[in-house]
Amino acid sequence: MKKITIVDYGSGNVLSAQKSFIKIAKDNNIEAEVLISKNLKDVKNSTHIVLPGQGAFSTCMNGLKNTDGLIDELCEFALINKKPFLGICVGMQMLAKTSEENGTHMGLGWIDGKIKLLPKDSLKLPHMGWNLVIPTNSKYNNLISTKNDYYFVHSYYFDCANKDNILAETKYSTNFASIVGKENIYGVQFHPEKSSSQGLNLLKEFIKV
Amino acid sequence: MVKIRIIPCLDVKDGRVVKGINFLNLVDAGDPVEQAKHYSDNGADEICFLDISASLENRDTMVNVVKKTANEVFIPLTVGGGISSIGNIQALLKAGADKVSINSAAIKNPNIIKEASEYFGNQCIVVAVDAKKHNNDWFVYSHGGTKKTDLYALSWIEKVQKLGAGEILLTSMDKDGTKSGFDNELLSKVSEFLKIPVIASGGVGTLDHFYDGVVKGKADALLAASVFHFNEISIKEVKEYLKDKNISIRD
Repeated sequence: MKKITIVDYGSGNVLSAQKSFIKIAKDNNIEAEVLISKNLKDVKNSTHIVLPGQGAFSTCMNGLKNTDGLIDELCEFALINKKPFLGICVGMQMLAKTSEENGTHMGLGWIDGKIKLLPKDSLKLPHMGWNLVIPTNSKYNNLISTKNDYYFVHSYYFDCANKDNILAETKYSTNFASIVGKENIYGVQFHPEKSSSQGLNLLKEFIKV
Repeated sequence: MVKIRIIPCLDVKDGRVVKGINFLNLVDAGDPVEQAKHYSDNGADEICFLDISASLENRDTMVNVVKKTANEVFIPLTVGGGISSIGNIQALLKAGADKVSINSAAIKNPNIIKEASEYFGNQCIVVAVDAKKHNNDWFVYSHGGTKKTDLYALSWIEKVQKLGAGEILLTSMDKDGTKSGFDNELLSKVSEFLKIPVIASGGVGTLDHFYDGVVKGKADALLAASVFHFNEISIKEVKEYLKDKNISIRD
């Protein structure tokens, strides 16, 4: 029995993530309970945690901090018990040490790196729409095996300090990390829950981890 | 590179699709959820619902439609039509919409764009602009294109970008319903200065029109309603056509 908890700390559309997992479980005959919760007990009892994120980095971090003990519980889950953890969009960015979005802000710091603004150049920001995600690290990447298009909405990107943590890359002005990973911890810059069948497939691979 | 998006738009009245009756394989062709799923399965990059319900009570049914759609459809969903408050926006986003499109309410009170984009993030605030040419200038129309305003379309669009809009849905009222192609003159003028994506709307009738919208109009996304609803052109055909002409398209 999979117990998937989508961490609820006031971030935008989390319903779609829940519905995605319910759909995957149903289509693949996987027994699963999918919760949207910030309850520490739910976090503790989960087999898989998903950290969503929409809006500004600091607002999201403050949202996490506002629930007493939530960050500690997430740390225990991911860093001590080493259970599968997936950050989506700003949820991925929060895995970094710091962010440069509207000042300097501390992240969870689980994967070494910094959140930076995409080069402004001639391209439009936010980077919005479908773009190609190319796996770059076959040794660690359990989430996707072939390149495909996924749906992005963001202006900032994860600049990894350790290139081993980059599992896939995408080009928009520059090549940036669209999937990061470290042992049991994954982060995707795009929205798998909005990326049609390939997105659902990625989430399926995650719950199989 | 980011792909050009193809977006089918469904007019929904009192929870039912108004146009779009020609899909024989659908169990219930009037069901917006089934129609959205059909489009998603056939390669739509996003779905747009336009609520044209006359009364406020019936607008609540839209929230339920969105909820049901979120069970079945896993591509971005934009909802527009009659949105007038932060509360409306919140209800729709919470129900599973990814973006909302604001039109008349923004004309009446431009500050709603700023408020909404600061609160929800500018990525989910689309401002819909209905424009019509008079002499050599385009003017903004409100209330579903029924009321002319004194706003110049180009300066209005520049203003809403400044206020925090994440995208512009630009409908040419001169072209809408004519099947003579997008208003590429207007689109290219807007694309020139706009830093946010522009969705072209109104006038598409042939495959060439989609191509021109990208190449001449420089649109980031192309929206169409009737050509898709009446099965005149399928989304697959559009995508194959554009791909053959080297436009960056999602497979």
